[in-house]
Amino acid sequence: MMNTTLSAHRKPPRRSQKRSLWRSFKSAFRREKQVNRSAAGNGLLFFLMFICGIFMVLPLVMIVNNALKPLDEIFQFPPQIFVRNPTLENFTDLFILMNDSWVPFSRYILNTIIITGCGTVGHVICASLAAYPLAKHRFPGRNMLFSAVVLSMMFSWTVTQIPNYMIISYLGINNTYLALILPACAYGMGLYLMKQFMEQIPNSLMESARLDGATEYSVFWRIIMPNVKPAWLTLAIFQFQTLWGNTGYLFLRSEELKPLQFAMQAITRGGAQRAGASAAVGFIIAAIPITFFLVCQASILETMTTSGIKE
Amino acid sequence: MKTKQIKEPLWTQIKKSKISYTMLAPFFVLFFLFTILPVLASMGLSLTHFNMLETPQWVGWGNYIRLLLEDDLFMQGFQNTLIFALITGPVSYLLCLLFAWIINEFKGKLRALLTLVFYAPSISGQAYLIWSPILSDDRYGYLNGLLMRFDLMQEATLWMKTEKYILPMLIVVQLWLSLGTGFLAFIAGLQTVDKNLYEAAAIDGVGNRWQELWFVTLPAMKPQLMFGAVMQITLSFAVADISLQLAGNPSINYAGSTIVTHLLDYGGGTRFDMGYASAIATILFILMVGTNKVVQRLLKRVGD
Repeated sequence: MMNTTLSAHRKPPRRSQKRSLWRSFKSAFRREKQVNRSAAGNGLLFFLMFICGIFMVLPLVMIVNNALKPLDEIFQFPPQIFVRNPTLENFTDLFILMNDSWVPFSRYILNTIIITGCGTVGHVICASLAAYPLAKHRFPGRNMLFSAVVLSMMFSWTVTQIPNYMIISYLGINNTYLALILPACAYGMGLYLMKQFMEQIPNSLMESARLDGATEYSVFWRIIMPNVKPAWLTLAIFQFQTLWGNTGYLFLRSEELKPLQFAMQAITRGGAQRAGASAAVGFIIAAIPITFFLVCQASILETMTTSGIKE
Repeated sequence: MKTKQIKEPLWTQIKKSKISYTMLAPFFVLFFLFTILPVLASMGLSLTHFNMLETPQWVGWGNYIRLLLEDDLFMQGFQNTLIFALITGPVSYLLCLLFAWIINEFKGKLRALLTLVFYAPSISGQAYLIWSPILSDDRYGYLNGLLMRFDLMQEATLWMKTEKYILPMLIVVQLWLSLGTGFLAFIAGLQTVDKNLYEAAAIDGVGNRWQELWFVTLPAMKPQLMFGAVMQITLSFAVADISLQLAGNPSINYAGSTIVTHLLDYGGGTRFDMGYASAIATILFILMVGTNKVVQRLLKRVGD
């Protein structure tokens, strides 16, 4: 019985994913006639898409190419977008620079792993645990709490920066990992996405578990969480992206606590003689979140289908 | 746990929902500490003079009066932010929608690839720094190099040092960066529109794709439109990093300053006037939330 209800809100497996790029490209142009599609309109829109696509992708292409350029090509005039003699010199330079750093380079990596790891896991747990009652229970204050979360998505963190700093100092967690991890656990958007996704789960699923004597916690852990896997994967990716970009400059003063992002950005400030290493840094900083997105794209899009704000 | 329509006294309801509250507790304790409390504290502090060392002194509306009447730099930043938000907000929102709509016409791997191409800039962290060699002042800059090679310019333009170019160039970079979460929501939303609706609409006399978009697609994805709007508005008012990194702080004649850079000046930067900075933050808060509320109201009319 569980299986039938489960498949009710899952999408059918997508066969199209297995198709090759070229075939899907062809079918985009040469498919069966659809209602309300004119050839002129198609042409215009695809042309527009092409121009904008180039504008979007060119800077990213440059990041990749710059990272592979030997020094003389980086400073070449007139500047070339594409690399002619690709080399990994920039990356070896970067590693040499990092080995010379004051704190062992591995320490920065460890810090990043601790901060993004704990921040992501903490956020997924806190947000899902809170999203479950908001989606499935009725209790006083429910609408108020949810409106507060929606409201919190309407302003950015800069608004609360100063009091945040004071609160973190007051709690005595300044200059510790917790200064970055704890606020990260309570981002409103995570709770919001999780709640919207959980609402899709049919109530009958929970009811039958409760009849079998399951507590609310085991309903949450055994029934809800496995069913919202795309949602918490999405949360994990978003959270990872946020924390990955955080240099922690505001709260972390000890060099031993600073994340990789900080160390790498310090290198890019080195000016012309570090141009090669900076290009490698630019590549690493951009490549890691993009790779994660690529891997989890399907789950992320599945989560976003439920993201809408209903009246 | 399901609703019973008979109204019980509030206290019994609360006692009965003990388990719900326990589950909410970890998130909302932190949420209160790091989101709600700071907003309230910021509003409170904005009515004081506070330098982080001495106890705050009550100054009433003093900070706001100084901010709105005497501070020319704030007005400059405010104006820039409005121009920024009024251009990048709606334009990037429409671009998100347009691109998502076109991408939706593709299938399979190609769709995944296009999604990645358009979404990647917004997640690639500090990748916008690549714009600094593009907009670099000398002939080594890509844009200068390109324009000079085709003889469109005689000499290199100081893109980030000339007042009239700073804001437009920052807007271009911001647009490049701005296809974020809202864009993903649109792509996902478009996939959920019931295909039968389109055929029904064609029979009802919807003659081309533009009518189809307005009468069928948009109303069907209204919730995503609202969500996307929230994301884009918040993003477009919070512009600061690209200005700080590309145009410098202070930028030439403050041509690239925004409310947030002004806030950073007083808050985190050199002046340590936290009361004043909080007043700026409060105005920004009101501006962001207010715009969001207005736009939400407008979007309810889509497809009517």
